[in-house]
Amino acid sequence: MNTPARVRAREQKRADFQVIEALVEDRAKVLDIGCGDGELLKLLEETRRVDGRGIELSQAGVNRCVANGLSVIQGDADRDLVDYPDDSFDYVILSQTIQAVHRPRTVLAQLLRIGKRAIVSLPNFAHWRIRVQILSRGRMPVTNRLPYSWYDTPNIHYCTIRDFVELCREMAVHIDHKAVFDAHGRRLADGAPLFWLNIFGEQAVFLLSR
Amino acid sequence: MSSLQGKTRSRRSSSDNLPAAVREAEKPHSRVACFGEDQPLLLDSGHVLKPLTIAYQTYGTLDERKANAVLVCHALSGDQHVANTHPVTGKPGWWEIMVGPGKPIDTDRYFVICANVVGGCMGTTGPSSINPATGRPYALDLPVVTVRDMVRAQAMLLDHLEIRDLFSVTGGSMGGMQVLQWAASYPERVFSAIPIATAAKHSSQNIAFHEVGRQAVMADPEWCKGNYILKRKNPRKGLAVARMAAHITYLSEEALARKFGRNLQDRDNVTFGFDADFQVESYLRHQGMTFVDRFDANAYLYMTRAMDYFDLAADYGDVLANAFAGTRTRFCIVSFTSDWLFPTDGNRQVVHALNAAGANVSFVEIESDKGHDAFLLEEPELWATIRGFLGSCGRVRGLAEKETAGR
Repeated sequence: MNTPARVRAREQKRADFQVIEALVEDRAKVLDIGCGDGELLKLLEETRRVDGRGIELSQAGVNRCVANGLSVIQGDADRDLVDYPDDSFDYVILSQTIQAVHRPRTVLAQLLRIGKRAIVSLPNFAHWRIRVQILSRGRMPVTNRLPYSWYDTPNIHYCTIRDFVELCREMAVHIDHKAVFDAHGRRLADGAPLFWLNIFGEQAVFLLSR
Repeated sequence: MSSLQGKTRSRRSSSDNLPAAVREAEKPHSRVACFGEDQPLLLDSGHVLKPLTIAYQTYGTLDERKANAVLVCHALSGDQHVANTHPVTGKPGWWEIMVGPGKPIDTDRYFVICANVVGGCMGTTGPSSINPATGRPYALDLPVVTVRDMVRAQAMLLDHLEIRDLFSVTGGSMGGMQVLQWAASYPERVFSAIPIATAAKHSSQNIAFHEVGRQAVMADPEWCKGNYILKRKNPRKGLAVARMAAHITYLSEEALARKFGRNLQDRDNVTFGFDADFQVESYLRHQGMTFVDRFDANAYLYMTRAMDYFDLAADYGDVLANAFAGTRTRFCIVSFTSDWLFPTDGNRQVVHALNAAGANVSFVEIESDKGHDAFLLEEPELWATIRGFLGSCGRVRGLAEKETAGR
C-alpha cells in the first residue's frame, strides 16, 4: 500500500494529534488531507464536533473511512485541491504527508487558499539520529518514523524543520504556532532555538495562516 | 407477496398471448398513482403527458416524522420490483442483495420507494400505454422523455404520497443519473444522495452503443415502425440483439474471461458453423432471449434516448458545480475499477464539481473485476460503504436507531 509515511509509534501519533486537537476550534470546518483510516477526523468529530472532510490516496483507507461514517474522497493533494473554492475550510490539515507530495510548495499554497488556516505536521529529516546514520553509515536513513528504503519510499520530498520554516518565510506564510516533539513524543520547549529544535525534534506541527 | 403472485397467475390465463408490457400497462402488479388531466407532467420536449400513471413499490414503514424515506431509482432495464419476486419473470427483485430487512438499505429502518420510470414498461405511462387521444398504444407518439422528466414524475409521486423530503436517493447507472438530477432539481428535498457507477453526462461512446441497440430494434421487420402491438407482432430478435450488445458493455473483459474463457458449449470441438459454439455466445443469446420476455422494445428506445440526452451541466451554463451550488445534501459517490461504461473518471468529475460547490461528499472507488454490473452483484465493500454512509446520515438526521438485538 503506497500510502504516505504514517507509520509511527502510537503514543507519538497521539502527541501530534493532541496538538492538532488543541488548535482546532469547536465546530470548525476541517479538511484532513491524507487522512488514512480517519483516526484524526474521528477524534476531531467526537471531541470538537467539527464538520470534517478527508482526502486519502489509498482506496482501502477511504473505504474504511466511509464505512465508518466519515466524509472522505479518494484523491491526492497534488491533484484534487484545485477544485475547492477559496476559504472553503477553517482548517486544512496535512498530517505527515507534505514529504510525500510531488509539489510541496504548490500544495502549501493551495492549503492556505482553501483553508483560512493550515496545520502541517512533518517528520524532521535533520533529526540527530538521521544525521548520525548518514554520517556514520553513508546511507539513506531508515528509522521508525521513516521506515522505507530509498528505492521504495513514498517520501520524495524530505525536508527539515529549518527548511520548512524557510519556505514559509519565502512564501510570506505566518507560523502562528509550532510544536516540536522528540523521538519519545515529548514536546520540546517552545522557546528553544531553531538549531536545537532541528536537531532534537523528530516531528513538528505548524499552525499557519496567510 | 403471495397475493401478488396469485394475481399474476390469474391474469396470465386470460391474456397470456399479450406482451408483458401491455399487460403491465393495462393492470400493473404494483401500486399505482394516477394523475389526471389537471396534473399534467410537463416534459423537457415541451409536450405534456396526461393522464399519467406511475407504478411503484414500497418496502418498510414510513416513520411518524416521514423522515426515513429512501427513493431507489432503477436503471435502463430495471423496474420498480427492487426487492420482491418479479411478477413477470418470477425471479428475485433486482436489488434484493441491497434492499431488505437487515440489508445495507435496511427496510427495518428505512421506507423504501421505487417507481417505474416514465417511458418504462412495467406499469408507468410508457410507449405501450394507451394514448387517450387515439385509444391505441402510444408507440412512438409518446413524447421523448428525459432523465429530468423521470425525476419530475417521481417528485409528483412523492407529493401524492405526502412525503416532503427524502432521507436518501440512490441508484446505479441511469438510476445514478436520476440521483444527480434529484440533487440538482430538488436539493431541499434530498437529505443524502448515493449515485453509483454513473456520470453527469452520457459519453459519446455510450451514445454510440445505444444507437447500435436502437438500430437493431428498428431493423427487425416485426418492429413495424413502432406499431408492433397493434399488428400483434413483437420485434424480439432486434431487441435481443440490442440486449446482447448492451450486456457486453455491462461486463468486463476479466469477468468474461473468468466466467467463460474460450470454453465450448456442450461440445468438444468447434462445429465449423455458426451455432453457439462458445459458452459466451450461448450466454449472450440466453440474456437476449430472456430480456425480451419482460421488456418492451419501444421502451428500450425511450430509455436509451433519455440517457443519451443526459447532460446535467448543460442546464447550468456548462459548469457542473453550478448544478449543486449551495447544496446541503450529503453525497456518497461510488465507482468500480473495471467499469468501462461509466468509468471512475466520470464519477470523479462529479466529485470535483461537488467539492467546488462546497458539498459534503464521500467518494469510494471499489476494486472489482465485475464491470458496470458490479453494483447489482455481491460486492461487500459496496455494502459496507452504503451501510456506513446511511448510518452516519441517519445519526445526523436523528433517525431512530434500529434495535439490533438478535441480528
